[in-house]
Amino acid sequence: MGYKILKKRVLGPGSKLMEIEAPFVAKAAKPGQFIILRVFEKGERIPLTIARTDRERGVVTIIFQEVGKTTIHLGLLNEGDELADFVGPLGKPTDIENYGTVVAIGGGFGTAVLLPLVTALKKAGNKVITIIGARTKELVLLEDEMKKIVDEVLITTDDGSYGMKGLVTDGLKFLMDREKVDAVYAVGPVPMMKAVADMTRGPGIKTIVSLNPIMVDGTGMCGACRVEVGGKTKFACVDGPEFDAHEVNFDLLMKRLKMYRKEEQYSLELFKKRLEKEAV
Amino acid sequence: MARRLKLERTPMSKLPPEERITTFEEVALGYTPEEAIIEAERCLLCKRPPCVAGCPVSIDIPSFIELIKKGDFIGAVKKIKEANPLPAICGRVCPQEDQCEMKCVVGIKGQPVAIGRLERFVADYEASQGEVEIPPRPAPKGKKVAIIGSGPAGLTCASELAKKGYYVTIFEALHKPGGVLMYGIPQFRLPKEIVAREIDYVQKLGVEIFTNFVVGKTRTLDELMSEDGYEAAFVATGAGYPRFMGIPGENLLGIYSANEFLTRINLMRAYKFPDYDTPIKVGKRVVVVGAGNVAMDAARSALRAGAEKVTIVYRRSRKEMTARIEEIENAEEEGVELKILTNPVRYIGDEDGWVKEVEVIKMKLGEPDESGRRRPIPIEGSEYRIPVDTVVIAIGQVPNPIVPQTTPGLETTRHGTIVANPKTHATTREGVFTGGDIMTGAATVILAAGSGKTAAKYIDYYLTHKDEPGIWEKIFKGEV
Ligand SMILES: Cc1cc2nc3c(=O)[nH]c(=O)nc-3n(C[C@H](O)[C@H](O)[C@H](O)COP(=O)(O)OP(=O)(O)OC[C@H]3O[C@@H](n4cnc5c(N)ncnc54)[C@H](O)[C@@H]3O)c2cc1C
Ligand SMILES: Cc1cc2nc3c(=O)[nH]c(=O)nc-3n(C[C@H](O)[C@H](O)[C@H](O)COP(=O)(O)OP(=O)(O)OC[C@H]3O[C@@H](n4cnc5c(N)ncnc54)[C@H](O)[C@@H]3O)c2cc1C
Ligand code: SF4
Ligand code: SF4
Ligand code: FES
Repeated sequence: MGYKILKKRVLGPGSKLMEIEAPFVAKAAKPGQFIILRVFEKGERIPLTIARTDRERGVVTIIFQEVGKTTIHLGLLNEGDELADFVGPLGKPTDIENYGTVVAIGGGFGTAVLLPLVTALKKAGNKVITIIGARTKELVLLEDEMKKIVDEVLITTDDGSYGMKGLVTDGLKFLMDREKVDAVYAVGPVPMMKAVADMTRGPGIKTIVSLNPIMVDGTGMCGACRVEVGGKTKFACVDGPEFDAHEVNFDLLMKRLKMYRKEEQYSLELFKKRLEKEAV
Repeated sequence: MARRLKLERTPMSKLPPEERITTFEEVALGYTPEEAIIEAERCLLCKRPPCVAGCPVSIDIPSFIELIKKGDFIGAVKKIKEANPLPAICGRVCPQEDQCEMKCVVGIKGQPVAIGRLERFVADYEASQGEVEIPPRPAPKGKKVAIIGSGPAGLTCASELAKKGYYVTIFEALHKPGGVLMYGIPQFRLPKEIVAREIDYVQKLGVEIFTNFVVGKTRTLDELMSEDGYEAAFVATGAGYPRFMGIPGENLLGIYSANEFLTRINLMRAYKFPDYDTPIKVGKRVVVVGAGNVAMDAARSALRAGAEKVTIVYRRSRKEMTARIEEIENAEEEGVELKILTNPVRYIGDEDGWVKEVEVIKMKLGEPDESGRRRPIPIEGSEYRIPVDTVVIAIGQVPNPIVPQTTPGLETTRHGTIVANPKTHATTREGVFTGGDIMTGAATVILAAGSGKTAAKYIDYYLTHKDEPGIWEKIFKGEV
């Protein structure tokens, strides 16, 4: 079974969208789930969230940030190319409820993860407000797509070049002051999720985060994805990836994500050198 | 003329330890044809051979050994394959000393006939002769069977059913088939090329393999059976869920489950990083917790991946170690240190979260516990610390719950294994059979293969008698 790239689109600097032919995954996927792919025979297995599915066409959309060797390699592939492996849908689907007013916060690739989620939350009858956070204007992802789905989109940029100046937490504070917020979803960099959790803990607003630890198999076989939730060890790939934000040990997650920092940098350097050589 | 029986078995050459630890290449080199014949000569060709009773799949051992004596190596491997489709694998990893060879009569006075080595030899011989012969395809039965998991249980069941004319599909979660044979047991004990060869054989029998397919996630077992037309299924998903001890500091950086450690090395080839993309962290000092085959494999892999000092920490005594004797010997020869009657109590990390010490406590043996082994008891105040860079936890695996959790009516025991009739391997769900580690708990390759064979027999029976009323109840009760 080839996993063919049917479409490739550049969303912003270092950020790409791809449509992959994977009929079984497309058919079974639910919001909150992810896939694991391998670009080529010697490649690493990396997890990416399922951003959208088209059951009729048997297509799964992924959106990724080019942060290292594998994601940059993936971004170099073109329409018509095939991935070595593509497996899913993995993880538990999101529990969708009618909470009332929900704020969905996306930072970086997190915005992509929010797409299927906000769609489902809307369908369940919620009022949904999305906050998209980015460092600067050109890094704001998926604004138009998001606007089509939710009731309101709030943009925050660190440098104030677009939307509100500040962090997503400033946006959340603004909304919490303005109206009653019943639930919060936050997906993105760990420090962002941690900051959101700290804000909503006091007022006791139900907050859910989608965790992104390093994974290998994604089926509960290796334990690489261990996270601590409520003082207990969980496997994010089968027990999550979504957890109650107020229970998550974010500091541990941040540390564990750095486990292979040296190797990752080395691998990327070699890859870049190879690309340069090939370009000459 | 009665010849004197040779009491000593023919030795098999091995790579010298100092060479071994520099490479992931296979340690045991196998017999030459001459050595195989000399060893085969030691067999008495017993009329009522006790060795056969010791083999979980009842290979006709004297017959295949007799063929080796005559120099008919291909005939010998064919004889074995009547009972065991995975001879090159079982000949290497079977705990022969507890099975066929333990029962061998020659073993009473001398060393038992080296049945496993002979089995391995003929399988390798056949492969070296080029294309392996494929039995003629039977008339198709027009019925589909789904096999979940491609470990030895799934592969064996699939090949048995294909040989009977069923249309068989294996669904495998990982990107490569083979189960533990591929991701767990290391190259130096079981070269992956050999596993690939056996899988190729199963495919040539007509079995189709879908990798990257997690049953319960990609499609449920119910969907396969009610929508995709599979009339029976064999669940062989193994016992791949790693256990941790639940002691403080276990999630520090540098602490691996044996599954992750071995998967990175075997399946992802992390030992070839950066040629392969997947990294692994093996520091200078490695502690492995546990003393089964898995622990030995992890310890020996760590040495080959560059560790300077590898220590196995085990809470019971040497006698209770569950690894094969040969593997413990190999590990010690290669310089692995054993600290028996010692158990970790917590891990201490540095400010970046990396493990730097393991605190252990000394143990003594008390009264036997429910497993019949003497219970280890901590000796108070005997704690001390071992400096360490990497820790591998190899204290066992439990069944993966994905299939049972997503298949209503498929009952499990409190250990997470699937409830099944021990004779027929039928489960509480009509049309669904099981076998291998998910039925028995973590066991052995040959037991898994044997159970795949048994299940195939009753799957065939079920599909032949499917229309009879009450048939499932009969099969589930084992009254067939
Ligand atoms: C459930 C889940 C869903 C995710 N969804 C998305 C998504 O939709 N879009 C997106 O851009 N990213 C997503 N990620 C993160 C993505 O997997 C990593 O960015 C990617 O693995 C980086 O690989 P690399 O080789 O390009 O970079 P590397 O240089 O290898 O790593 C960069 C950083 O990514 C993390 N990382 C490395 N390897 C892995 C791995 N095997 N598994 C997880 N994290 C790893 C580490 O923190 C590392 O420091 C998700 C992660 C998880 C666990
Ligand atoms: C490191 C190690 C060393 C060992 N050494 C020895 C030895 O020397 N001798 C010996 O006899 N035994 C040994 N064993 C034990 C032996 O390997 C197992 O008993 C045997 O492999 C069990 O076979 P199985 O077919 O039941 O399952 P497995 O080999 O575990 O295969 C199960 C397969 O099912 C797949 N799977 C799981 N869930 C799903 C799903 N939902 N959908 C699709 N596929 C799924 C898994 O990915 C896996 O490929 C060792 C085990 C380990 C881990
Ligand atoms: S399969 Fe295992 S137990 Fe049976 S004869 Fe071969 S080595 Fe012995
Ligand atoms: S018991 Fe030993 S001697 Fe007798 S047939 Fe078996 S292998 Fe040969
Ligand atoms: S990724 Fe292996 S257990 Fe979660």
